[in-house]
Amino acid sequence: MTATLSKVDRGRAQEARPRPPRRYRMSNLDAKVSPYLFVAPFFVLFIAIGLFPLLYTAYVSLFDWEIGADDPPFVGFENYSTLFQDDQFWNALFNTFSIFLLSSAPQIVVAVVIAALLNANLRARTGWRMGVLLPYVASLVALTIIFGNLFGPQYGLVNDVLGLLGISPIDWQASTFGSHVAIASMVNWRWTGYNALIILAAMQAIPKDVYEAALVDGASALRRFFSITLPLLKPTLIFVVVTSTIGGLQIFTEPKLFEPSGGSGGGAEHQYQTVVLYLYQSAFQGYDLGYASAIAWVLFMVVIAVAALNFFLTRRAVK
Amino acid sequence: MRHRWISVLICAAVSAAATTACGTGGASQTADGKTELTIATFNEFGYEELFKEYEAAHSDVKITQRKTGQGQPHHQNLFTKLGAGSGLADIEGVEEGYLSQFMSKAGQFNDLKEIGPKVEDDRWLKWKTEAVTTKDGKLMGYGTDIGPLAMCYRKDLFEKAGLPSDPEGVKALFASWDSYFAAGDQFIAKVPGVAWFDSAAQVYNAMHNQLETGYYDKSDKLVVDTNAAIKANWTTVTAAVAKGQSARLGAFSNEWNTGFKLGKFATKTCPSWMLGVVESQAGPENKGLWAVTDAFPNGGGNWGGSYLTVPKQSKNAKKAAELAAWLTAPEQQIKAFKAKGTFPSQTKALDAPELLEQANAYFGDVKAGALFATQAKKIKAAQYKGPADGQIQETVFSPALLSVEQGKSADEAWKAAVEGAQKAAK
Repeated sequence: MTATLSKVDRGRAQEARPRPPRRYRMSNLDAKVSPYLFVAPFFVLFIAIGLFPLLYTAYVSLFDWEIGADDPPFVGFENYSTLFQDDQFWNALFNTFSIFLLSSAPQIVVAVVIAALLNANLRARTGWRMGVLLPYVASLVALTIIFGNLFGPQYGLVNDVLGLLGISPIDWQASTFGSHVAIASMVNWRWTGYNALIILAAMQAIPKDVYEAALVDGASALRRFFSITLPLLKPTLIFVVVTSTIGGLQIFTEPKLFEPSGGSGGGAEHQYQTVVLYLYQSAFQGYDLGYASAIAWVLFMVVIAVAALNFFLTRRAVK
Repeated sequence: MRHRWISVLICAAVSAAATTACGTGGASQTADGKTELTIATFNEFGYEELFKEYEAAHSDVKITQRKTGQGQPHHQNLFTKLGAGSGLADIEGVEEGYLSQFMSKAGQFNDLKEIGPKVEDDRWLKWKTEAVTTKDGKLMGYGTDIGPLAMCYRKDLFEKAGLPSDPEGVKALFASWDSYFAAGDQFIAKVPGVAWFDSAAQVYNAMHNQLETGYYDKSDKLVVDTNAAIKANWTTVTAAVAKGQSARLGAFSNEWNTGFKLGKFATKTCPSWMLGVVESQAGPENKGLWAVTDAFPNGGGNWGGSYLTVPKQSKNAKKAAELAAWLTAPEQQIKAFKAKGTFPSQTKALDAPELLEQANAYFGDVKAGALFATQAKKIKAAQYKGPADGQIQETVFSPALLSVEQGKSADEAWKAAVEGAQKAAK
């Protein structure tokens, strides 16, 4: 009885293998393919608005491609070789790094301190925590215009205050370092609170018993901070450093709107023209898309290199 | 099971549609068989009522306006879509500051003499049409408005300096650039803390545009370093800066606005549309202090104003040209002037009573319309503008003059400007 049944079964299975019924074939296909189709929207969108522009930019960078030109000539790597001999590009790269260092470095230190303060037992804790996020909520453009006013060379509030302190006014537009400080202060104002909250979240995830053990061993508050909090924050700090590197090297809106005349030169002598601002100027004032694309790709490489460097440095430093 | 399979298909279809549904609608016919004409403008052309009038007279046409708030994004869009090969409106507004860039792309626009209706040759001021005519005589745009230059000045500050302050008396000071800068010396000696003009670039650009030959010669060769007149203007203006005649306030910056409020400079080169800017920046507290006179050093000049053009992308070029020709006729342009104050470029419109009677209360009830009409007629010819002309003025010479105001030596800044111009022209 059982033997016949199993024989029949086997026979059916053998029959089914070369040609399963349509119903099963479809459901097999469904099980295999549909998960990919469900995630496809993201990848299709990513390919269309992420990967394709990236590769097409690389393609455009090999041409002397002026906006509106009928038939752009192929020039190979000429855009790149011109770029590496272009003083304005190196100046823009210097400005970008200078503004990046002036913003990111103090910002992360201050953010850690603020996070530590917010982690203490405060009255109206949520109020304080939301408070540090307020600058981030405010519109970037509005913020930049207000800071541009504060740092006005002739009638700005910052110079008025410096005057009260007996310091001679600084021309925030003309001085390279001055303009970088002004722009970095905008970045810091906006992002410090944001980063502080991320770090705060990480701090709260540190188990309490570690601190208690340290307390029993007689470690001071400072010692606890440097020996427990900071090392355990490592993954979060790496994240914050890498994201602020990517953002900082692509800084655009602040220097663009800091220019009083609304141009894209980044100051009369490009004192605060960043790489992205130079890219924008090349593309939309110089109408030279090929050159702008070359700048975009070089910047892309620089960002990757610096982010990788940061990653390794931070990993070692906070060990 | 079947049901799930269908949902997968829908999901894929939606994601595909989401990425491709960004094509431009090339429909030039509306559902009821009318021809749809699109017109892209920026700021205020004052055409809204005129469109209704035209549609009422032409039952087969429907006009759609694409309006951009500011000129810069409008032109960026224009040149980008020109490169893309599609997406432009049937009629595109082009501002004078972008004219050199536009003319270098003339091949992608229609010759209005060829496709447009017959338009009388002297409809526009001669220099206005000259600027938009190619070397081989093609007409690339119909003139809309202009910005003839006059001189605005602060009456009270002139009195303080012991200079004449009535509109007739000051004319001698504004007869030539020499007399202008000489009066400036006199002024800054008498009124400490107040400059003579707002910024070097504003004065320099006006001087430059009066030159017979500008940054390019007519064969499109860059002549920045060989045209002695350019260097002479540079030297004159930077010398005035060195003496303290400039308030060092870049035009349209926040500090420039503050400078108007505080009365930090005594004269301003004033195209017709600047009167409104002065009024809103100097504010009611300075009403009656600013005056304007129908004199400008060394004759006249123009800053601003636009053209209507018909790109070759347009599928209804002929009908678009008809509409553009109608809009830029004197009768219509006067209506636009009354609606939004755009100063007409048509010779007949300059004699229209509506224009001549227009008065400006902020500037002491001066007959501003008649004043600027006089100034418009003083302009002799349009300077030839080469391909990167606008860019050289905006991104090279203006910043270079600003750098002199920030303390750089005039000689070094000149060298940088010449290099910058060569780079921009490349």
